[in-house]
Amino acid sequence: MSQVPTDLRYTKEHEWIRMRPDGTAEIGITDHAQSALGDVTYVDLPKAGAKFVAGDTFGTVESVKAASDLYAPVACEIIESNSALDGAPDLVNREPYAGAWMIRVRLADPSSISSLLDAAAYAAVL
Amino acid sequence: MPDMLSLTPLHPLHVELGARLVPFAGWEMPVQYSGIIEEHHAVRRACGLFDVSHMGEARVRGADAVRLLDRVMTNEMASLRAGHARYTVMCQPDGGCVDDVIVYRMGDAEFFICLNASNAAKDIAWLRTHAQGLSVEVVDECSRWAQLALQGPKAEEILAKVTTLPFASLRRFAFAEGIVADAAGCVVSRTGYTGSPGFEIYLPAETAVTVARALLEAGRPLGLIPTGLGARDSLRLEAGYPLYGHEISGTISPIQAGLGWAVKFSKPDFIGREALRRQAEGGPASSVTFFSLDDRRIARQGAAVFAGDLRVGEVLSGTQSPTLGKPIGSALIAAGQAAAGGLTVDIRGQRVPMVLSAGPFVK
Repeated sequence: MSQVPTDLRYTKEHEWIRMRPDGTAEIGITDHAQSALGDVTYVDLPKAGAKFVAGDTFGTVESVKAASDLYAPVACEIIESNSALDGAPDLVNREPYAGAWMIRVRLADPSSISSLLDAAAYAAVL
Repeated sequence: MPDMLSLTPLHPLHVELGARLVPFAGWEMPVQYSGIIEEHHAVRRACGLFDVSHMGEARVRGADAVRLLDRVMTNEMASLRAGHARYTVMCQPDGGCVDDVIVYRMGDAEFFICLNASNAAKDIAWLRTHAQGLSVEVVDECSRWAQLALQGPKAEEILAKVTTLPFASLRRFAFAEGIVADAAGCVVSRTGYTGSPGFEIYLPAETAVTVARALLEAGRPLGLIPTGLGARDSLRLEAGYPLYGHEISGTISPIQAGLGWAVKFSKPDFIGREALRRQAEGGPASSVTFFSLDDRRIARQGAAVFAGDLRVGEVLSGTQSPTLGKPIGSALIAAGQAAAGGLTVDIRGQRVPMVLSAGPFVK
């Protein structure tokens, strides 16, 4: 059974989002998503300053089996992409909720996060 | 029952081992157990055990067995000696491939053929059509056999623990029949689809779980792990082996696929001979080339290949090569364009330079 931490919000597209104390947020893909993808070989992420609206493709995660688009859960601007994934894309498989955060963002509307799934609702779609 | 998937005799073992099971050619098959890259490295460095029971089997026997096979196969069957196997293609009259198969000679007038899962029913029908009027029978043995592939540098040492068959003396493409892990009637063949040394073992379906368990047990101290179809695909692509539906197909001939060595024009007649001969002499309109990328992205099946702004081909297979640590693949490229160089492949809108490869990526 894949892990669904209770302190995160989720999308049906298997992204998670974590609010940080400073008001920024981290976004990554869920344990279920990494497991379905299999061995991740490459993560293509945007540069700082890029802006997205909810549902936009912000990057690509590529595994041996397939390339999958990454979707912005909410409207946001990129502060930083996780450069550690460049040298160690397999972090996505090993630590989907920790070392393998993908982007750190500033939300266009901090309240937008409440529209996302909580852990119980996400677990129900798995 | 279009949605009913067949299960191999090893299905309960896959479930027990925690395999991820996916539909493949009408079968529910393990694509991976611990992970494709780990399984790939295990085969290159130690050993992997694959369930390839989805592969089909047919037996061809009778006074005209050689006559039938030398008519439908591009490679020569009359000269194949008992106890030996040969890779060959079955072609349509236009040179396209019906399938690529391995033919085992069991005796003077008896052969055993390993067929691709997705083509098995079509192949058997094809063989029977061309057997009409000949003194030969084509027996469908698909459900009778399970098949294991034990592949990797430790394969021989592991096999020695479960059989007394004299397999050590077998050369590549030779086989022996006998007992493996107390199961009688097995065929052990020094063949494989990975580019690493090893064996393929045909075994009576009802013995499959027992034999697989015995092999996994015997091999564990030597690094043997169960391996799935995901690693099988990356291994075969590194080795430059064709996969039906990718490098060969009903529209890609063995000449185009670089398999001319398995097409024997010295035979006076076989199905597809004239079309293949025209291609071999005039040069085919397009041919299969292997490539790698100095990039992180994988060029996958269907990606367009360009020479400048001219579209000159498309990708047939693509994956990450765990051995090279970079993407590799194969592409069908219009005549003359591969030699000209400077080709690129379109990956999600970006043109990535291709590094064409003369030979396989592993020896």
